[in-house]
Amino acid sequence: MTVTAVPDVAGRRPAVRLRKLEDERWLAFALLSPTAVLLGLFIAYPFVEGVLLALSDAKVGDPGHFVGFANFAKLWDDNIFWTSVWNTFWYTGVTTVFKLGLGLWLAMLLNRHFRGKALVRAFILLPFIIPTVLSTFAWKWMFDPTFSVINWTLFHLGFISQRINWLGDPGLAMSSIIVVNIWRGVPFFAISLLAGLQTISPELNEAAAIDGARPWARFWLITWPLLLPVTLVVMLFSVIQTFADFQLVYVMTGGGPANATHLFATYAYQIGIGTGLLSQGAAVSLAMFPFLFAIVVIQLLYIRRVEVR
Amino acid sequence: MAEVSLHKLNKRFEAFHAVKDVDLQIRDKEFVVLVGPSGCGKTTTLRMIAGLEAVSDGEIRIDNTVVNEVPPMDRDIAMVFQNYALYPHMSVASNMAFGLKMRKFQKAEIEERIKRAATILGIESLLGRKPRQLSGGQRQRVALGRAIVRDPKVFLFDEPLSNLDAKLRVQMRVELKKLHERLGTTAIYVTHDQVEAMTLGDRVVVMKDGVVQQVGEPLELYNTPANRFVAGFIGSPAMNFAEVTLAESGGRLVAEAPGLKISLPPELAKHGRTNLGRGATLGIRPEDIHIAGPEDDAGHCFDASVEVVEQLGSEILLDTRVGSALFMASIDPTIRVRPHEKLRLALKPDRLHLFDAESEKAL
Repeated sequence: MTVTAVPDVAGRRPAVRLRKLEDERWLAFALLSPTAVLLGLFIAYPFVEGVLLALSDAKVGDPGHFVGFANFAKLWDDNIFWTSVWNTFWYTGVTTVFKLGLGLWLAMLLNRHFRGKALVRAFILLPFIIPTVLSTFAWKWMFDPTFSVINWTLFHLGFISQRINWLGDPGLAMSSIIVVNIWRGVPFFAISLLAGLQTISPELNEAAAIDGARPWARFWLITWPLLLPVTLVVMLFSVIQTFADFQLVYVMTGGGPANATHLFATYAYQIGIGTGLLSQGAAVSLAMFPFLFAIVVIQLLYIRRVEVR
Repeated sequence: MAEVSLHKLNKRFEAFHAVKDVDLQIRDKEFVVLVGPSGCGKTTTLRMIAGLEAVSDGEIRIDNTVVNEVPPMDRDIAMVFQNYALYPHMSVASNMAFGLKMRKFQKAEIEERIKRAATILGIESLLGRKPRQLSGGQRQRVALGRAIVRDPKVFLFDEPLSNLDAKLRVQMRVELKKLHERLGTTAIYVTHDQVEAMTLGDRVVVMKDGVVQQVGEPLELYNTPANRFVAGFIGSPAMNFAEVTLAESGGRLVAEAPGLKISLPPELAKHGRTNLGRGATLGIRPEDIHIAGPEDDAGHCFDASVEVVEQLGSEILLDTRVGSALFMASIDPTIRVRPHEKLRLALKPDRLHLFDAESEKAL
């Protein structure tokens, strides 16, 4: 084979414009700009608009004027707003604990070998796959005061003598939507935690067993700490999603009865879109931001600490 | 310190019969190596002794107590895993302390034991590190340390050196041997490497397809293999085999194959005559073949053509063709041999092995 030097002819050189891309600064700019445009257009711009809206007195059909923090001051004295703040925290807290507990339990079961494991795994994902609105409608029927299959079963088993108005009683309504959220969220926890469990070598458990650790000790001292980074990430995702949940509550109760089950998102929708007070709706929705921001920062810091360990 | 005995031990995984009727008596303080190709049931046997696999049939005794139903934590054994199985979220010291903490040892005692084990293994400076900050050899030592601190009745080793590079493996092999001499704890060691088996074991158990082929001291296996499999498995480079027919010729028993006519020594002939007319396999180790000289009996010589010459420095390995068979010979490194050369080779008659062609058992 002969090697000939490529003559350094001006005509063979790449165009000046292309040569610019050999400079890493230009290349980085070129590669990043599509993402920056998309993020700016669909996230940053609406966010800024939302902030501006919250600081105005805009209504449907009225662009409004700048009113400073008047909307927030109004919210401060709004009982329903505080109910929805409390509801959101309660809803997020209770469901996360149950989703984590049940999801971890399911994941540990699925991590064992048994016949038909693949099929069970596929089935477990179902609540997660079905569109939330559809499955929530099914649940709404199950909680319907007249047609409730739950009431029917309890009645025929002899536990109750009167219909229970699941979604009509404020306390029961909240519990009902919590149950549905847990039902919907457990598969995500189970499958993600299962993936995490599968990265833990079974030899570690065997080594611990030989070292004298009983099953509970093996779980707390080996499995749990090794699974913690995955658990925290899964929880982070779940908390963000649950905190900003809308469709489930909207379909089940619409925030009722008597505004007892409003979350940030449903209340913001009711005020902003339902009653047309766009600026106040934006203020409710923006009020979610500092809470969510704090939660995310705390969790991210904690995740980093765990991963560095 | 303990004796371990296996009696008619069996393991079935659904349709697969992994371990078949294994009988083995392991004496106190003995170092026994289970060796065989992958899938021979050696690791499964070890895991049954550890209590990590249920016994399908048969009995395991440690110090005369049947332990079939005893969970691993109560068998007082320690195991070193192939991938070390160090707890990644714990420091080296915590890894070593774990087993002692689980057994509710006093803090002072735990520290004392860790210090002693770390000194023996030369890992004092690593105690504060996490496993991921260690090299393969260091992890290996920590895994050993975790086993040592417990001062168990029996050590179980599951291919502990197979993840180390060749040089480190030789070094750790020597250290393991020294360690066993120092601690005197009964040890059962699983490997697929016959060199490890030969160098480490007081006795070696050769397994194949779930069945024990032979149990014996290393040289016993090397010199008097019970069957063709053991003969081929033990020793490196492996023994040469040729399919031969046995015939009487002038009062001597002769093994014949194309290009090969070897007269057998009287002792071997006596056993071989029982196989007259039936097929047999002749075995000779490469190190028992040399270039023929005037002192060699014509009945022990044969012609070979050299195909490949492997210079190892301490010896030369010749891959030669003898009739239709391939023979490897290990010869004096000072002799110059070229590929395609025709040579006359001779073998040591008292080092010949003969196996039944069908049962493959030694004759």
